[in-house]
Amino acid sequence: MAEQQTQRKSALRFAVPLGIFFALVILLGVGLTLNPREVPSPLINKPAPQFQLPQLHEPGKTFSPQEMAGKVWMFNVWASWCVSCREEHPVLMELARQNIVPIYGLDYKDQRADGMKWLAQFGNPYLLSAFDADGRVGIDYGVYGVPETYVIDKRGVIRYKRIGVVTRELLRDTIIPLVKELERET
Amino acid sequence: MKRDYLFALALALSAPLAHAGEAPPVAADPALEKRVMALSHELRCLVCQNQTIADSNASLAVDLRNEVREKMREGQSNQQIIDYLTARYGDFVLYRPPIKLTTMILWFGPVLLLLWGLYSLFRRLRDRNATPVAPLSDEERRRAAALLAEGDGARK
Repeated sequence: MAEQQTQRKSALRFAVPLGIFFALVILLGVGLTLNPREVPSPLINKPAPQFQLPQLHEPGKTFSPQEMAGKVWMFNVWASWCVSCREEHPVLMELARQNIVPIYGLDYKDQRADGMKWLAQFGNPYLLSAFDADGRVGIDYGVYGVPETYVIDKRGVIRYKRIGVVTRELLRDTIIPLVKELERET
Repeated sequence: MKRDYLFALALALSAPLAHAGEAPPVAADPALEKRVMALSHELRCLVCQNQTIADSNASLAVDLRNEVREKMREGQSNQQIIDYLTARYGDFVLYRPPIKLTTMILWFGPVLLLLWGLYSLFRRLRDRNATPVAPLSDEERRRAAALLAEGDGARK
């Protein structure tokens, strides 16, 4: 009887640390697969911050998100100095050709000539780009890693934010279905 | 005469060099700058996530410092600026996470672990002291006596 009890005790002595060890391995393993750069944005379901910026191609004209009231649109933050933007660019070009959602750009902390040259070289998927020379509007939108992409609904509320490159899969599985759903909203 | 001219020229040319080593003044108002730096030490640079925006030279950190400076010039309080930034970047921008329901484990987990450790330590010590020592059998007693006698013999 007593022997059985001590046996059970010594089995527990191994089982408990082993259990804790495996729990830790699982916890850390899951942690490894998460991307620490993907900070959940508190801007989701908040009104898109207002601004008025000169346009990239026509400095005399301005762009403000208010002009987009009543439309679902995509707002993409890019820059000529941004390496990942080159990776994303063909995907945006494809999306622009499909005419699913109007894409507006924010040329973030760039030189005007560089930005225009970049679009001339790789193609321009944007209906227009606003020119954010000092990055103040970027801060207002919580930008910290270009490219970043927002989907804004008819009432001017941010419904989706992507930090990093928009891929074909992301467009197909997430962004385009969301845009279609938002189009149905009044 | 010519030498004097050269000397004056060299002196005039070296004047800007004397300033070259100094950092340009970031704000005319040192008290404001002190406040900016104090708050900057509380804010995370989101590009280089393990640095504060005070320590980092990433361009975003510089921009955020300027933003903080500007808002302070406008007369905003630290809390107003923190609210502004957390509305855009989330609590992650704060180096000291706020105490909320979702951060309870973070704040109190270590204390709970320590209490649990102390509790199990005390319980174990108490159990060990409480275990009665089994009395020796006659056979064990004889062996112990023999060993002790042997030890005494060796010392002498």
